Amino acid sequence: MNMGIVYAIAYIVLAPFVGGFLDGVDRKISARMQRRVGPPLLQPFYDIVKLFNKETISVDSSQTFLLLTYFVLMLVTGVMFFSGSDILMCFFVLSTAATFLYFAGVITSSPYSSIGAQRELIQMMTYEPAVLLTCVGFYLAAGSFNVNEIASTGTSYIFRLPGFFVAFVFILTIKMRKSPFDTSTSHHMHQELVKGITTEMGSKNLALFQITEWYENVFLMGVICLFFVNGSITGLVISLAVFLLVYFLEILIDNCCARMKWQDMLVITWIVTFFTAGVNLVILMVIR
Amino acid sequence: MANITRSPWLLHYDGSSCNGCDIEVLACLTPVYDAERLGVMNTGDPMQADIFLITGGINSQNQATVKQLYDQMPNPKVVVAVGVCACTGGIFKECYNILGGADTTVPVDIYVPGCAARPQAIIDGIIQAVELFQKRSDDYKAMVKEKKRRG
Amino acid sequence: MASFTVPFLIIFPFVSAVLSYCTRINKLRNGMSYISSVIIMAVTGLLFVQWCSQGAAVTEIYYETHTADRVILILEIILAIYITVLSFRHRKYWISLLSIGPTGLIVWFELFGPGLKETARIRIDHLSMLMCLIIGIIGSLIIVYAVGYMHGYHHHHRHLRDRRYYFFTLLFVFLGAMYGFVLSDNLLWIDFFWELTSVCSFLLIGYTHEPVAISNSFRALWMNLLGGTALAIGIVYMGFYSGTVSLHELIGLGTGGVAAATIPIALIAFAALTKAAQMPFSTWLIGAMVAPTPSSALLHSATMVKAGIYILFRLSPAMAKTTTGNMIAFIGGFTFLITSFMAIAQSDGKKVLAFSTISNLGLMVACAGMGRSETIWAGIFLMLFHAISKSLLFQDVGATENCLHSRDIEDMHGLLYILPRLAFFMFIGIAGMFLAPFGMLISKWSALKASVNEGNIIMVFFICLGSATTSFYWTKWMGKIISASHLKETQFRDITKKNELISLWIHAVLMITLCLLFPLLSHVYVNPLIEEMFGFYSDVLPTQILLTLVVIIGLVFAVPLLAFLYSRKMRKTYVLSYMNGVNAGNNMKFIDSFGEQKTLWMSNFYFHKWIGQRKLMGPSQFFAAAVLVVMMSMIIGGVRI
Repeated sequence: MNMGIVYAIAYIVLAPFVGGFLDGVDRKISARMQRRVGPPLLQPFYDIVKLFNKETISVDSSQTFLLLTYFVLMLVTGVMFFSGSDILMCFFVLSTAATFLYFAGVITSSPYSSIGAQRELIQMMTYEPAVLLTCVGFYLAAGSFNVNEIASTGTSYIFRLPGFFVAFVFILTIKMRKSPFDTSTSHHMHQELVKGITTEMGSKNLALFQITEWYENVFLMGVICLFFVNGSITGLVISLAVFLLVYFLEILIDNCCARMKWQDMLVITWIVTFFTAGVNLVILMVIR
Repeated sequence: MANITRSPWLLHYDGSSCNGCDIEVLACLTPVYDAERLGVMNTGDPMQADIFLITGGINSQNQATVKQLYDQMPNPKVVVAVGVCACTGGIFKECYNILGGADTTVPVDIYVPGCAARPQAIIDGIIQAVELFQKRSDDYKAMVKEKKRRG
Repeated sequence: MASFTVPFLIIFPFVSAVLSYCTRINKLRNGMSYISSVIIMAVTGLLFVQWCSQGAAVTEIYYETHTADRVILILEIILAIYITVLSFRHRKYWISLLSIGPTGLIVWFELFGPGLKETARIRIDHLSMLMCLIIGIIGSLIIVYAVGYMHGYHHHHRHLRDRRYYFFTLLFVFLGAMYGFVLSDNLLWIDFFWELTSVCSFLLIGYTHEPVAISNSFRALWMNLLGGTALAIGIVYMGFYSGTVSLHELIGLGTGGVAAATIPIALIAFAALTKAAQMPFSTWLIGAMVAPTPSSALLHSATMVKAGIYILFRLSPAMAKTTTGNMIAFIGGFTFLITSFMAIAQSDGKKVLAFSTISNLGLMVACAGMGRSETIWAGIFLMLFHAISKSLLFQDVGATENCLHSRDIEDMHGLLYILPRLAFFMFIGIAGMFLAPFGMLISKWSALKASVNEGNIIMVFFICLGSATTSFYWTKWMGKIISASHLKETQFRDITKKNELISLWIHAVLMITLCLLFPLLSHVYVNPLIEEMFGFYSDVLPTQILLTLVVIIGLVFAVPLLAFLYSRKMRKTYVLSYMNGVNAGNNMKFIDSFGEQKTLWMSNFYFHKWIGQRKLMGPSQFFAAAVLVVMMSMIIGGVRI
């Protein structure tokens, strides 16, 4: 329990730095893949500093409040996860947080922001089955939804949950807003969505959104690591290696793919979920 | 004062130009010139932009739009006119529908000449704009502080 | 003591009904309705207090009540005659068979059947008491609401004949029938009250006498009567083979694995499926939405459909790990998923509510079918929260319709700025349906865990997919309410009556209180209920989850509030929203390419073409019917799987 509190505090303090740094790495690697020099590694932090130094502008008075709620609930999700609480509850709070992001998008009634928000909602519907199934997978493997117990049983779950792992990495592309599935926001300029759900977020609001994204990414990477940890140092090293590998994979996918229509995203993701997590679930339940 | 020179985000607006300057603006982002190494991003969203980059002249139809986009950008902000059309109206100056350069509508800070403006010149213009942007930011901070002090 | 309050609760609503029928002066009848509903609520409270003061133990009364038995038999015959007359009048001759057949069977059984063991007619335990409280509180509040609503309804629908006396009569009859239903233990009584609720529902759906209403009401009637027929056959079968018609003895037999109990349990469970509008029988509930809103709120979402759930919860210990249980769980889970898909494609507010009602009932049915203590625990909470929030939502949509003259969700764009009060209630109601920390969430958590423990793979898929689609259509609706809107310029008057507001307020407060008291409620009431039902008690909610839950409850209420207060103090510059710089002075209008002003209109996703009712309803009905037929024949044939 005490270690849990330490981890939770470490998450609150370090996650934005880790997330921001990973974002910087992402931009650098992407640039190199395109044979560009690319921005400095600390570019995301420069951007955040600048955004905080600008005038606060807003389209609707409630948007900041909704984004703040999104931010805090995301923080709660991560804290719950790293302090070793119930993993299913974590994802429930996460989906509540995402609901607030949706509200922040639609409250302005601006066309681009609303379209982005609705696509965000479709994305939520798309990844939710895979997320819930992953939780079920952990429960089947460890006999508990509790992160602490899952992390401390002394075996890596990846051998029992390979299908769930693939499904989770697949929906990670949606959650991290990477290219084939970045239907709700567009990181790349000049697309039909302008900036999607973030179109009406300027200066501090955008900074808040960005920091929340970093927290979320670190949380998701934590879930990836949960597949590999087994209480020993080797397990930790392997999980960190896998985490970097998965992150690189996402960058690669981002740079290789053009955006899909949301219909395709929905159908493909659900099919993949069924044939990976679903099959794994059936096997696990039968041999149990 | 915070150093904000390393993250200039652009909003690029194409007035009634021949598209020559637009191509050059995009060329700045290509691997050859890679403006992103300076932190430059082309946002396409006025709420998130710091530098308003205008190519082409102003006509009676787009004047209101340019004005509105400028108003939607948060302070501090800088306007850069790229190419002779945006600077003065250029070759189209005498046309019946052209009002003139960008400065007929919004206060232009940096003029980048050329027909079309070369990428080097555009990047140079952005660098100058960034310095101005830092100065404005400092002024804006001081103003806010002063306001707060007076209550 | 209880021997006074129980018959009072059953008979008093009938007396009120007769009085309502005789009183043709609206004001007088309104006053009487208020008084009656307050009395009903108070006596329910009194019954609860009495029962608690006696140690909240199982109470059985009325062992020898042959007069009452005879009265009920006669009333049942009258009911059958009434249905026959109505079906002949509307030329639906075959429907009368579904009433004459089972009634004849019951009459024959009671007069010439085997001698039955005398058992208590009335049995009060935790589950029936919970149902009483739901009926007493929500039912009375809906009657209070109906007084105001029906006034506005007939004001807007001038072409309809004002038969409010008839409407209130039916509402009161229904309340009496519901009390009788949940308090009885004798299956013959249960059968009568069951048929009575079906008939009330049928008459209320046909209230307007419009052609659509008539055809929908007959659809509801035949489906419910089909269930009633199954119920009657089950009762008679049971009477012959085990010599008793007591529900709890049947459950005892079923739990003990006595083969003679299998078929009656399967038939009663089948009847419950029709009442709870599960899959092949879902269409009657959708059609029932033509009825005035109070009846939709009371019958078709808060109480009557819960009768099916109630009986399934009762049967669940006997159904656990049997073919019947598997059948019920499968049909429930399937309904949960498929109707939540169909709910996405609906833009009519009441239709969305109807589909989501069926969908949630499906989850409860599945919980009952799995028959584990955790699932019943989850199911009880689902039922409780669903009853309150659905009743709130139905009433609110009704009130909104009276103000906006539309109940289309697209027309509720920016409702928060047009009718702030009603939008607020709607928000609470919807949040209660799916958002953390309201009860639905923890129930889903528990149901998911239990189905994994059970090894029920299909249920795991149903819950995972269904919860994704469920949150989709609710979030979409919530977003619509809070979007900034050009409708701000048009003036809509909030003409919601005071009595409607009273009911809405109490519902909203009840919703939030229950949410806050959730852990306590689980400990004080629901755990004993589980113990009573299963004979043992396992802690469904471990301490750590409980702690997490308390933290989440606190945070989800506190965070938005603090964030709101903080963000209000921030200095902000307001700018126009981004529309490529062509806004016409505000965020609602833009200049199009012809230089003309256009109004912006944002619409939600509905996916009609993929998952509309027309696309999905037929095949899934066919599929569910096939599953039912096959599994019922297996059960009757005694096949074990």
